[in-house]
Amino acid sequence: MKKVSSRNGNPHLSKSPTGIQGLDEITSGGFPKGRTTLICGSAGCGKTLLAIEFLVRGAREFNEPGVFVAFEETNKELTENVISLGFDLEELARQKKIVVDHVHLERSEIEETGEYDLEGLFIRIGHAISTIGAKRVVLDTIESLFSGFSNPLILRAELRRLFRWLKEKGVTTVITGERGDGTLTRQGLEEYVSDCVIILDHRVTEQTSTRRIRVVKYRGSTHGTNEYPFLIDETGFSVIPITSVGLTYEAATGRIPSGVDDLDQMLGGKGYFVGSSILVSGTAGTGKSSLAAHFSESVCRRGEKVLYFSLEESPSQVIRNMGSIGISLAPAMKTGLLMFHAMRPTFCGLEMHLTTMHRMVEAFNPSVVIVDPINSFLTGNNELEAKSMSMRLIDYLKARKITALFTSLTTGGSQLERTDIFISSLIDTWILLRDIELGGERNRGIYILKSRGMAHSNQIREFLLTDHGIKLRDVYVGMEGVLTGSARQAQEAREREDSIKRSLEIDGRKNAILRKRQVMEARIAAIKAEFEAEEAESLKILATDQDKIDNIDKERAEMAKSRKAGFEPSLENKS
Amino acid sequence: MKSTALNEFMESQGKSGAESYVLRLYVTGTTPQSLKAIANIKRICDQHLKGRYDLEVIDLYERPALASGEQIIAAPTLIRKLPLPLRRIIGDMSNTDRVLVGLDLRPILK
Repeated sequence: MKKVSSRNGNPHLSKSPTGIQGLDEITSGGFPKGRTTLICGSAGCGKTLLAIEFLVRGAREFNEPGVFVAFEETNKELTENVISLGFDLEELARQKKIVVDHVHLERSEIEETGEYDLEGLFIRIGHAISTIGAKRVVLDTIESLFSGFSNPLILRAELRRLFRWLKEKGVTTVITGERGDGTLTRQGLEEYVSDCVIILDHRVTEQTSTRRIRVVKYRGSTHGTNEYPFLIDETGFSVIPITSVGLTYEAATGRIPSGVDDLDQMLGGKGYFVGSSILVSGTAGTGKSSLAAHFSESVCRRGEKVLYFSLEESPSQVIRNMGSIGISLAPAMKTGLLMFHAMRPTFCGLEMHLTTMHRMVEAFNPSVVIVDPINSFLTGNNELEAKSMSMRLIDYLKARKITALFTSLTTGGSQLERTDIFISSLIDTWILLRDIELGGERNRGIYILKSRGMAHSNQIREFLLTDHGIKLRDVYVGMEGVLTGSARQAQEAREREDSIKRSLEIDGRKNAILRKRQVMEARIAAIKAEFEAEEAESLKILATDQDKIDNIDKERAEMAKSRKAGFEPSLENKS
Repeated sequence: MKSTALNEFMESQGKSGAESYVLRLYVTGTTPQSLKAIANIKRICDQHLKGRYDLEVIDLYERPALASGEQIIAAPTLIRKLPLPLRRIIGDMSNTDRVLVGLDLRPILK
């Protein structure tokens, strides 16, 4: 807030901060100090409330007491009306921080008998200002004077004098005015108030209403020129100037697991990036919510907070359905880590949804936000609005480093690679779920269409919802194309059969070789035995022959001895 | 029994022309309008209500708190406190006819 005013604000023009979230940002610091601001709008758009919050916050937060001059409501009515917003006017009056002065005007009681002025009103306001040292004054709705007095010439002159007088007093004044036909206010008050004009609007499109605020004019200061949505709830007024979010967020490098191990593997082994935005899109019944629930459950298990915006199912229905696939979300809800917020998209306008989401994120401070499904914001002809809203939501979550997972229903017949809400270009990781119809059945396939900044798998995987959550299977890619489900199972069975057959064949061949070897070895043994037999026979013959030679030699030696002649042994015995 | 306010009204109607008037004139200092109003109302009262009126002139600058208490916006303002109902007559009282209408002293003559 401070930063904005130092950059945009005119240093010469001091401002009176409203303390209202967002409004000080679009007015670069508040209403012009010591000058008059006109708040106009049609009935029931929150003029009085804005004015009174300006006073109450001034009194409470900025030590600037205020005077509320009520032309329409009595003190009692006013006090009762704003107590629900936590503004205790009686208490503030007791502390001398706020004076409420009800101006009672009844035409029938008044008889005009000549020249008059509104000095009585001046004295009242002046007296109220001086009793509490007021710095702020609200006149709600000063146009009522025109119904109380018949002479508009006097009134106009007096109003001009009143605003000048208030300026001289140095009080910051807010006046409210009902929207007129073709003019900002019925009595043309904008003619007297030239410093700051704010228009409140309450518009109904597609049967949902949105409140908007616009700074039409702010003399001497820059201001946001757009129409900004605003919200009135139990804490008062809040304006969300979300369109100003820039592309300046830092990119995180941390990773956060998806809750499905196989999917983490596909995402470069570690899961999503922290603070990235993930889109899970697919046709009906492809398991988008299951994937979201898996993610929430795993985040909660690690002790981090998840905010789950369910736009189509009630929390208990989500919990029951996810229980059927083995994801139990109830414990995380009990420990307060998981917060469900179920709302119908048609319940209020998109801006209101966005503001609600902002508020809840601010209050709960989750590390993961899930919107299931984001395209239900698309009703009728609001494509542009829905896109801008989604964009702002994504920007906002990114700036806060919150990982966001959106699911998106792709309608049948349309191209899968498009989302109705046209946010695909803003998404970091886009997971596409599709059903693959084959052989009379429908199976789920998952693949990662894109995932910025990581090496992700390019495979289509089959994805099964089991009792224990999501399981990813490799699909069969073969001659017949991609096979899933029972076709894949049949194919797998065939493959198993084939491999058994092959292994049997191998075994048979091995046995045959073994047998051959055995035959061969048997033959070798037989030949060997034959040879040995022959050898033994030969040796035996040889031995007999030697004996014969020895005997001959012996006989010859004996003969020589007997004849006393020299002995020459036979050749065989010499060697 | 009817409500007291209504009874009072009925009574005041009954003795019309005789009841006493309680009037408060709130002025803002000595502006020409204030002075004119004081002179005019005194004249009218003396002419039409001689002896049965109680007129008090109050300067709002001196007693500013009365402005919100008496629901005064315009100045000068003459408040007819009695007889009921309460009436406010604003302006410098230069239009005598309208003052008399405001005081219920004469019907509008056409």
